[in-house]
Amino acid sequence: MAVDFAAIAFRDVSKTFDRGRTLAVRAVSLEVASGEFVAVVGTSGSGKTTLLKTINRLVEPTSGVVEVEGQDVQGIDPFQLRRRIGYVFQGVGLFPHLTVAENIAVTPRLVGWAKTEIDARVGELLDLVQLPRDLARRMPTTLSGGQQQRVGVARALAARPHIVLMDEPFGALDPITRDSLAREYRAVHLELGLTTVMITHDMLEAVLLADRIAVMAKGEIVEVGTPHELLNDPKNEYVRELIDVPRRQASEVERLAGARS
Amino acid sequence: MDARIASAWALLPDYLGQHVLLSVTALAIGLAVGLSLAVIGVWSARLRWLLLTVAGLIQTIPGIALLALFYPLLLALSALTERLFGVKFSALGFLPSLLALALYSILPILRNTVTGILGVDDAVKEAARGVGMTQAQRLFKVELPLAMPVIMAGIRTAAVWVIGTATLSTPIGQTSLGNYIFSGLQTQNWVFVVFGCVAAVVLALVVDQCLALVERGFARRKMWLKLAGAAGLAVVLLASLVVGPSRGVGTYVVGGKPFIEQYILAALMDQRLENAGLQATARGGLGSTVIFDALSAGEIDAYVDYSGTIWTNFMHRRDNASHKQVLADVGAWLKKTRHIEMLGPLGFDNAYALVMRRDQAERLHIRSIADLVPYAAKLSIAGDYEFFARPEWKAMRAAYDINFRRTREMQSTFMYKAVADGEIDVIAGYTSDGQIAQYDLVVLDDPKQALPPYDAVLLISPRRADDAKFRHALAPLIGHISTKMMQQANLAVSRDRNQETPEQAARELWQKIDMK
Repeated sequence: MAVDFAAIAFRDVSKTFDRGRTLAVRAVSLEVASGEFVAVVGTSGSGKTTLLKTINRLVEPTSGVVEVEGQDVQGIDPFQLRRRIGYVFQGVGLFPHLTVAENIAVTPRLVGWAKTEIDARVGELLDLVQLPRDLARRMPTTLSGGQQQRVGVARALAARPHIVLMDEPFGALDPITRDSLAREYRAVHLELGLTTVMITHDMLEAVLLADRIAVMAKGEIVEVGTPHELLNDPKNEYVRELIDVPRRQASEVERLAGARS
Repeated sequence: MDARIASAWALLPDYLGQHVLLSVTALAIGLAVGLSLAVIGVWSARLRWLLLTVAGLIQTIPGIALLALFYPLLLALSALTERLFGVKFSALGFLPSLLALALYSILPILRNTVTGILGVDDAVKEAARGVGMTQAQRLFKVELPLAMPVIMAGIRTAAVWVIGTATLSTPIGQTSLGNYIFSGLQTQNWVFVVFGCVAAVVLALVVDQCLALVERGFARRKMWLKLAGAAGLAVVLLASLVVGPSRGVGTYVVGGKPFIEQYILAALMDQRLENAGLQATARGGLGSTVIFDALSAGEIDAYVDYSGTIWTNFMHRRDNASHKQVLADVGAWLKKTRHIEMLGPLGFDNAYALVMRRDQAERLHIRSIADLVPYAAKLSIAGDYEFFARPEWKAMRAAYDINFRRTREMQSTFMYKAVADGEIDVIAGYTSDGQIAQYDLVVLDDPKQALPPYDAVLLISPRRADDAKFRHALAPLIGHISTKMMQQANLAVSRDRNQETPEQAARELWQKIDMK
């Protein structure tokens, strides 16, 4: 498919809260190509989640334009827009009164798929996120944190979106689960040819998963680059600090391991 | 089985059926309004504050006052719609009770629904938005189902309140389990009072437990619990409605005020009409002004009032006249201003009168208030809590220039025994009270007519004025009930031993009328 427009484009997007007193996002411009995996990294309060939510109109920008697949989102019905974009939530956000299968089926139901089609899709997605199919009838609260977020990923992918937004998706998980889930998702991203924008405060996670990283501070994007570029030649002092922390930790771990042997 | 228990059982299907019907309808309306308002309250913080405040204020109005307020309100509304659209509706009974109870049930439902929905986890609400649910979809697919246990708790509170408060709808003419309590209190039939309380409590408990099952079903997401609760409610509802108000509301309605004599007279009129082949219902325990307005409006067809009551309370007359004159004036006034027809006096009166022990009266040769004057300075007098503040007391003292050693206020039911025991010398009693006969007391004449006459008069509604069959059925009562007969009937219902129900006393009264 020849694509002559970005999957997602931010053009001079700003967002203020409290009638202009709080500036959450400040003149952000960024294009995310189709099939690209972009991580937005920043501390809490940097405006990264607000920026993410302007993509599916959970937040309306105060000024600037957000485009999805070449179209200004202001011209798209917000409910239709959200249903065609997958969303993995920070707090998992599974519906506690619905079974695993019903949670996964939420968006296909909203867009009116046939029941047989939905059932088949639920099974397919459980396989994709490597959950046993007999989990389908369980309630979310009976699952482990890792299992719950796998269901969250399956729910986001259910209606076959081209774009998936992830808001600190693995933040609440233990390191091992987090690592395996992140790598599995990366594989799914490639396999399905998705465009993914992931919010994280963890530079290491971003470096390991993303094609490109946008670093945000105080509502602005201070630097954008591939992991290679940021690792080797960070232009921004803050970015250098962010990169240095995991690097220093890694070498410390190496040193300790060497000293023992 | 005790006659009173038997008669309580016999009334249960009707009372319970009407009680359930009223409560269920009120709850259904409260539920619909409460849930709708809650949705508005969830969407707008400012309106939420307003709604909860108003609902809270309504809740602070005592149930009986709220019920009583709806009667004149609806009466005025009915008069308005009749003038504007020619449509009239009954302001008595079901409608005012229903509206008051529905209003009462809104608060717990509204408050719990708002709390429940606002309490849904923000992450879940955010997810519902994020997956592309519309506001309505979020409400019905996510927020309401998750808030359901809290909402159900509110519905339970509302149900218990409504079932309890519905007992207070009796004075505005709605049959309910409260009929046992109100008539029992007035006729000193404690079996009825206890029966009514127990029936209302059992009903409230059963409904509450069924709703609790449904609540647990929502909380644990167990369908069978919800179904079990719903089935229990359905059984209660169907059972009370099937065996329930089968008697229905008769074509003719006779009313009565909330005291023994009136219960007996209402029962008597009911029996007369039924015997004449007219379907009739007795509605006892109606408030004094409610019953008069209800007769004017044709919501009841007949009741017995007292000439003095109409003379002072409705005609606002402060002067006194003879029995005959008062009767004539009252009859003419009723016809002219309210189109109510006075069928005639029953033959007895229920007035304030000075009453003494027979032996003391005979010893002092006292037959009238005038005879009493020389001895009064050495005698004590007791009256009910309002007597010494009433115009009758002032008028009597002025007319006879009589002064007693001391005055004492007493609960009216205890006065007669007090005078019989010699604890007090004279009481201001009621002429038709059964205790006058019980203690063989003497009623003093009032030669100067200082105390206004309270002749019992049978009044019929404007719409029955030309109903020959109806008038014919009630006509035998006119002029045929002597004060003595009424005293005995009242005594039969109020005495401690061999107490009769008002229906039994009415039947005996009928036999005596026929013998005349």
